[in-house]
Amino acid sequence: MSQADPKPRLRLALWLPLILFAALFALFVHGLTNPADTNVASAFVGNPLPQFDLPPAAADRPGLATRAFQTGKPKLLNVFASWCVPCAAEAPQLAALAQAGVEVDGVAIHDQRADLTRFLAANGNPYAAIGRDDQRAVQLAIGSSGVPETYVIDGHGVIRYQHIGDIRPEDVPKLLARVKDAGKGAGS
Amino acid sequence: MKIAHLAALLLIVSAPVLAQEHVPPAPYAYRQLDNPEQEARAKALMVTLRCVMCQSQSIADSDAPIAGDMRSEVRTRIAAGEDPEHIRQWLIARYGDYVTYAPQVKPITWPLFAAPVVILALAALLLRGRFGRPRQTNDEGSA
Repeated sequence: MSQADPKPRLRLALWLPLILFAALFALFVHGLTNPADTNVASAFVGNPLPQFDLPPAAADRPGLATRAFQTGKPKLLNVFASWCVPCAAEAPQLAALAQAGVEVDGVAIHDQRADLTRFLAANGNPYAAIGRDDQRAVQLAIGSSGVPETYVIDGHGVIRYQHIGDIRPEDVPKLLARVKDAGKGAGS
Repeated sequence: MKIAHLAALLLIVSAPVLAQEHVPPAPYAYRQLDNPEQEARAKALMVTLRCVMCQSQSIADSDAPIAGDMRSEVRTRIAAGEDPEHIRQWLIARYGDYVTYAPQVKPITWPLFAAPVVILALAALLLRGRFGRPRQTNDEGSA
């Protein structure tokens, strides 16, 4: 009793390393279980699509130009590539969206016709048009940082929404709602 | 056995990367501009732009395909006579401030630019306290 009581500060100092350890441990566990979101979202949502006119990427689909998005009907613009594995994973969801009546247009990044033909034969072809973007000119111009990414474009050619990464089955209703909203906003 | 698995996995992972190489790189991805003065300006800009794929590298350092396309974009615009800061703003409009390593003067960054001034002012105040008034005080003897 006479030894412990006069030095409460020392006792706190003894506990301090453990407290520090516990705090750091909690911080690291939090960091490990909640990895940071490393996606770079486009800052260009809300802006009209830049002017572009891409040549056709596939044999049986036309190329893609800005005016295709100024028809009064909202559409999806899917940035993809045949060499991209998640792009194959999202193909059924794109097909479901096309089935639901949404026009899906594609921009193929760094792709060759033979590879793309094989990819579309294997995974289905939900695209109404596919533009060939060999130098990512369009991808950079709309602030897309990877494949796949899907943009909702309203009937006036204005970017309304960006979906980063592959479209999972649970994302389909959300995207349909976004397309519907874009249709309302364009309303002319 | 394990090595065979690993090799198979590596092949699967590397196939898409190889496929991307089928398409020749953009004209100025791996080629400098002929005009050294323009190339110097492009380089100075590129080292301050973040590769959006390998996010701790600049587009000048990164070997990611998208970094090559970004370099080509920058060099083509510089060759066309565009101002480097204009190109930076073009990219910021598309990828946000994250794309530039050079901090922009914006409401959220004011502490960054105010801090040196505040610290200098504090240092001046401290130094004045130490050296500024030896004659005013007459407590030399007591100290």
